Amino acid sequence: MPPHEKDAPIRVLIAKPGLDGHDRGAKVVARALRDAGMEVIYAGLRQTPEEIVRAALEEDVDLIGLSILSGAHMALFPKVLQLLKREHAGDIPVFAGGIIPDEDARRLRKAGIRAIFGPGSSLEEIVSTARKLARTAQ
Amino acid sequence: MTGAARLPASARAILDGDRRALARAISEAEDDRPGAAAVARALYPRTGRVPIVGITGPLGVGKSSLINLLVNRLRELDRTVGIIAVDPSSPYTGGSVLGDRIRFERSATDAGVFFRSMASRGEAGGVAAATREAARLMEAAGFDVILVETVGSGQVDIAIRNIATSSVVVLVPHLGDEVQTLKAGLFEIADVFCVNKADLPGADLARRDLRELVGLGGRPGGWSAPVVATSTQPPSGIEELWNAVDAHEQFLDKSGQREVDERRRLSVEIVERVRAEVGRALAERLERDPVLKDLLDRVVARSIDPRTAADRLARPVARGR
Repeated sequence: MPPHEKDAPIRVLIAKPGLDGHDRGAKVVARALRDAGMEVIYAGLRQTPEEIVRAALEEDVDLIGLSILSGAHMALFPKVLQLLKREHAGDIPVFAGGIIPDEDARRLRKAGIRAIFGPGSSLEEIVSTARKLARTAQ
Repeated sequence: MTGAARLPASARAILDGDRRALARAISEAEDDRPGAAAVARALYPRTGRVPIVGITGPLGVGKSSLINLLVNRLRELDRTVGIIAVDPSSPYTGGSVLGDRIRFERSATDAGVFFRSMASRGEAGGVAAATREAARLMEAAGFDVILVETVGSGQVDIAIRNIATSSVVVLVPHLGDEVQTLKAGLFEIADVFCVNKADLPGADLARRDLRELVGLGGRPGGWSAPVVATSTQPPSGIEELWNAVDAHEQFLDKSGQREVDERRRLSVEIVERVRAEVGRALAERLERDPVLKDLLDRVVARSIDPRTAADRLARPVARGR
């Protein structure tokens, strides 16, 4: 049976790759997803792509949300996607938030990031996208 | 191996050390999906041999940080570790923020460690319904020691006692005077006391109060819980903490207490499962089954009392006593 046919909560990993120390956005999103009934594994700051992928596998998440403000997204996001594929977990959808220029966002979407939220995105939008991504996965 | 052919594929994958199979099996157990029972049945005979160490204590005493250091210590001793960290689910939305991973600082490539966060999903007592099963799955996957971090516990959150072979109760200085230590509940289940943040003033007093409590005796089998002082920044006392747990595990073997405890835990597990299953079925049938509906009608009409109705329903099982 596919997951979530029953009332099993969606499990989502929220992590901040890279070195910036601003996790307010990630926390606000984590809390909104919690209030939407999801189980949010909050991995916190300064995670390497390897740690993020490992956490996603051990926690068996339906979805991964990455937050980044440092500008290193073009290096770190594709790395996460690549490692997921290597672990045969390319089916786990990844969405992202942060300060990401439009041109980069286009390229990241092409690389496989499923949704990207910039400043000013509404929490409702993030929650409903997250739910959709998790339910269509697998 | 002749038995191996009959194992479900997912159970075999777990035995072969497939980490994703383990992760998925834990989810299946949590969601109580149909495949979970078959895997549990297949792997059960291979479980019950490793220490399951409960780390419990109130919110904010440093359980996650201690676990991070204990894992480092266990890896130094060349023992592999499975960790289950339980955090509460919201009673309003069912959602949860599982934040224990933040304190966890293992190298991403160490295959000797498996960390799983778990939401309590409405279960009272400090653990989740699937915590016990997850510990068994980790053992089957080959981990040498299982650490279970409970929800930040109140005075009566002692369900860890029905899962763990050793329970560590973590406290900090200034939680209360020595009379607090006499109260029933949390203090009764400690196989090891840990006074964390022992660099803070008042730690000596806390240790003395706990030693006095232990000195009053009363634990079965003659074990008296050691009181260990620890600190996580900078780390100290971690070796002593693990040694104390290890000493308790050795005591369980030497004294024969392990079998006694295990028998009690399994008895509790069976009763819990029956209660849940029978309760669920009964709740449905009380409205559907004409005989039971009639019984409920009579209770509603005040012609019999709830206890009499319950006695009548429980009689087939209770009569065997």
